[in-house]
Amino acid sequence: MTALLTAEDVVVRFHTKKGVVHAVDGVSLQLEEGEVLAVVGESGSGKTVFTRRVMGLVAGGRGTEVAGSVTFDGTVLTELSGKELSRFWGAEIALILQDPMTSLNPVKRIGEQLTESIVLHERVPKREALARAVELLRSVGLSEPERRVRQYPHELSGGMRQRVTIAIALSCSPRLLLADEPTTALDVTVQAQILDLLADLQARLGMAMLLVTHDLRVVRSRSDRIAVMYAGRIVETAPTATLFAQPRMPYTEALMNAVPPLSGPNHTRLQVIPGRPPDLLHPPSGCRFSPRCPLAQDRCLTEEPPLRDAGSAEHRYRCWFPVGSPEWSQARARNLERGVSAAGTPLTDEKVLT
Amino acid sequence: MADTLSAPPTTTAAGPATRRGGSRRFAVRRVRKRLTHLLLVLLAVTFLSFVVVDLLPGDAAVVVAGDNATPEQVQQVREELQLDRPVLVRYVDWLGGVVTGDLGRSFRTGQPVVEALAQRIPVTFEITIIAQLLALLVAVPLAVYSAYRPGGLVDRTSMTIGFGAAAMPTFVFGMVLIVLFAGGVSSILPATGYTSFFEDPVENIRSIILPCLTLMIAEAAVYRQLLRSDMVSTLQEDFILMARSKGLGPARILFRHALRPSSFSLITLSGVNIGRLLGGTVIVETLFAIPGLGQLIVQAVFNRDYMILQGALLFVAVAYVVINMLIDLLYLALDPRVRRDA
Amino acid sequence: MAWTWLGAVVLAAVFAPLLPLWDPAVPDYTAVFSGITPQHWLGGDTLGRDTFSRVVYGARASLLVGICAVGLGALVGGFLGMLAGYFGGRTERVLALVTDVVLAFPGLVFIIAIVAILGSSLSNLILGLAILSVPTFIRLARAATLVVAQREFVLAARAYGCSPIRIITREIAPNVVLPVAAYGFIMIGVFIVVEGSLSFLGLGIPPPTPSWGGMIAGGRAELLNYPHISLFPAAVMFLTVLSINYIGERTRKQFEVKESNL
Repeated sequence: MTALLTAEDVVVRFHTKKGVVHAVDGVSLQLEEGEVLAVVGESGSGKTVFTRRVMGLVAGGRGTEVAGSVTFDGTVLTELSGKELSRFWGAEIALILQDPMTSLNPVKRIGEQLTESIVLHERVPKREALARAVELLRSVGLSEPERRVRQYPHELSGGMRQRVTIAIALSCSPRLLLADEPTTALDVTVQAQILDLLADLQARLGMAMLLVTHDLRVVRSRSDRIAVMYAGRIVETAPTATLFAQPRMPYTEALMNAVPPLSGPNHTRLQVIPGRPPDLLHPPSGCRFSPRCPLAQDRCLTEEPPLRDAGSAEHRYRCWFPVGSPEWSQARARNLERGVSAAGTPLTDEKVLT
Repeated sequence: MADTLSAPPTTTAAGPATRRGGSRRFAVRRVRKRLTHLLLVLLAVTFLSFVVVDLLPGDAAVVVAGDNATPEQVQQVREELQLDRPVLVRYVDWLGGVVTGDLGRSFRTGQPVVEALAQRIPVTFEITIIAQLLALLVAVPLAVYSAYRPGGLVDRTSMTIGFGAAAMPTFVFGMVLIVLFAGGVSSILPATGYTSFFEDPVENIRSIILPCLTLMIAEAAVYRQLLRSDMVSTLQEDFILMARSKGLGPARILFRHALRPSSFSLITLSGVNIGRLLGGTVIVETLFAIPGLGQLIVQAVFNRDYMILQGALLFVAVAYVVINMLIDLLYLALDPRVRRDA
Repeated sequence: MAWTWLGAVVLAAVFAPLLPLWDPAVPDYTAVFSGITPQHWLGGDTLGRDTFSRVVYGARASLLVGICAVGLGALVGGFLGMLAGYFGGRTERVLALVTDVVLAFPGLVFIIAIVAILGSSLSNLILGLAILSVPTFIRLARAATLVVAQREFVLAARAYGCSPIRIITREIAPNVVLPVAAYGFIMIGVFIVVEGSLSFLGLGIPPPTPSWGGMIAGGRAELLNYPHISLFPAAVMFLTVLSINYIGERTRKQFEVKESNL
């Protein structure tokens, strides 16, 4: 099977007054037709910039430096002009943003915002596009779609608005949907509804989806594969089931423990990853996670681990002391004994007892 | 004005059924509240002008009666013009006249004030409106393109020219334009005078070109700057990114998605300026010898022609009030959020 | 560049009496309409007064009008605006009325009236311009106050039971000063230009005190024959206001996020 989307060594750097921000630093990944790939990471991991670069919304010039290539269904997107790219946008590749409060134009009716891309890409008359818009709103579960098309965004609730942006994204039946934290700005009760809606629509339409989130728990049952990003790099990637069963990178493990388990004893301690997300202006040498890693050894501080296979090419990770290996046990024992990691991060029992 | 400048809140919808009727009722209440406020403004302005005029040194009766008048004649004039009565009484009297459409007569010429205004207002109105339209016509495309490519050639060039325009008094431009087109370098346009459109349309247009250009330059510079910076911040909004991700072209995004939400302060300022210019094109009118409202006002002050002055100030205040109402209604039309702004 | 020019103008204005200049009010009859000469660096005007000296002394008057009028207007308007923004309700309505009344009254008539009633002088001109600038400052300060008044530290001060005056002066004012000052800086340039326009109507700074506007207007009759009489003061005013605008714009830009989504 050939991949629908191939990203090859994608790099995005922003030149700012304070220095160069290494937002995305050599990310490669593939997405098959109809597959759901979750990109998971904290804020500052580069996941949002990466998605926008995949689409071409972030382009080189004016202080932005880009490298690497993105291929969509045989077309090298990174070689296209802005005008050529925009033919793909909305038609073949669609985007959903985080905050539905700000991603809809406040002074335009829902119907107009929906029909816009239908009229643009499919060259159908306005009336037909409006009929399609009503159908789309119905398919994303909005009540009274005929009335909604005449309303303005501020007349809808957050969840309803996100349904509208989903309808807009799906309006031209794209083959790839990029959903950038589609539920982060919503109420907890609405989050699951929207995610289930997305999963349902994805399965029904057979489109591929890149689901970006900071919350691993959200993607456990809703993705085929997961790529974990940290400081602009992929640090581990595996099929979803494998990743949850056997995380190799301590950061992945920490992310899993950073979310309270949905089931299980409620006194389970919520693990918090120590330290702050990395400074992208001055990325640490060696392993980027080493300053915060409870297992960090001297080698981690100087030498960056390559992305290597864990048994199969499906599961790859970046770590010198992969979780569960004999090296990991030794590193863990050593750090526990001296009470600090090689980077000087103090650690307590509970932080490594996972 | 003050409350239209506040940011619209981002409330979410509640009861769906009554919304349409509710927003209309809200609009009516809003308009009524504004009307009361603006009526108060009118009363205050006209009364203020009565007081100010009363404080002006120099006796209108002496001015009207002429230099050779005897004290008895002056006293007679004073009684005729009822200048011996207290300010408040005269104000109430005048107000009564205003309600019935009678603004009194000029002290000097005896011409009815309404007639004098009717001669002058169209002249000033024509120049003001055309200058505003020209300013917007120049400023909007420049601002939109500058916001599209901030820091680019168009942005920097138009900013520099705009700063230059704002750094010179209006009359200096007028003088430069006169030197360039009406007597110095070339003589293709008349330097002074005004011809009515109904007398000679071509000559009318020739006669207002230079005054309008003089008026518009500084306005255009300010408008460009204002719209550009509002537009730059609109273009950082997520909904612009969303519009882009739909595959819409830059022109459509700029004009159909970004312009309207960026135009509110421009509309406010433009409205304020029209109101201001209606009473304040004095400099341009003086420079180009145009018989407009501004000249009428200044002459009335120097001649102590109080009735004319009162009438003219009333018109300026009414224009200000009406334009404010129009801006308010325009807001209702342009920004659906304001309709629910409680 | 802008700073250098502005600094030079301000220094010249402050130290004008100490500089080896011609008396700006005394005519030198040999220099009437004269062009640039070793004695008169920028020539002489219609009466033979030294243009360079008058430009330097003119800076005093023009800057004084701009700075004082803005300072007064910003102080009064800023304070009233904070009151309106903080108290709302009736205070706000009354101030909105005042604002609208001033705006609906033609500014020029107001200046003429002030000059006619109080007499033509530098301080009366400053007073008139300051009053005209008050409404804008009220609106600006009110808008800034509305934003600040919702912030935690103000709410906290309120909850502690601090008096409104204390909250306004200690908590709100420091946050309102910046936007008001930034705008006021630009307004200085605007008022220098306005003084020029008023001079054209004979309503500017009264002679014999030299001001840039008065000098430009004074050379108007001889514009075609001796353009330099108007040109030099016009150029100096132009560069000064331009510098002010550039500095103001650069200050404003520091608060502006640059990248657009387009």
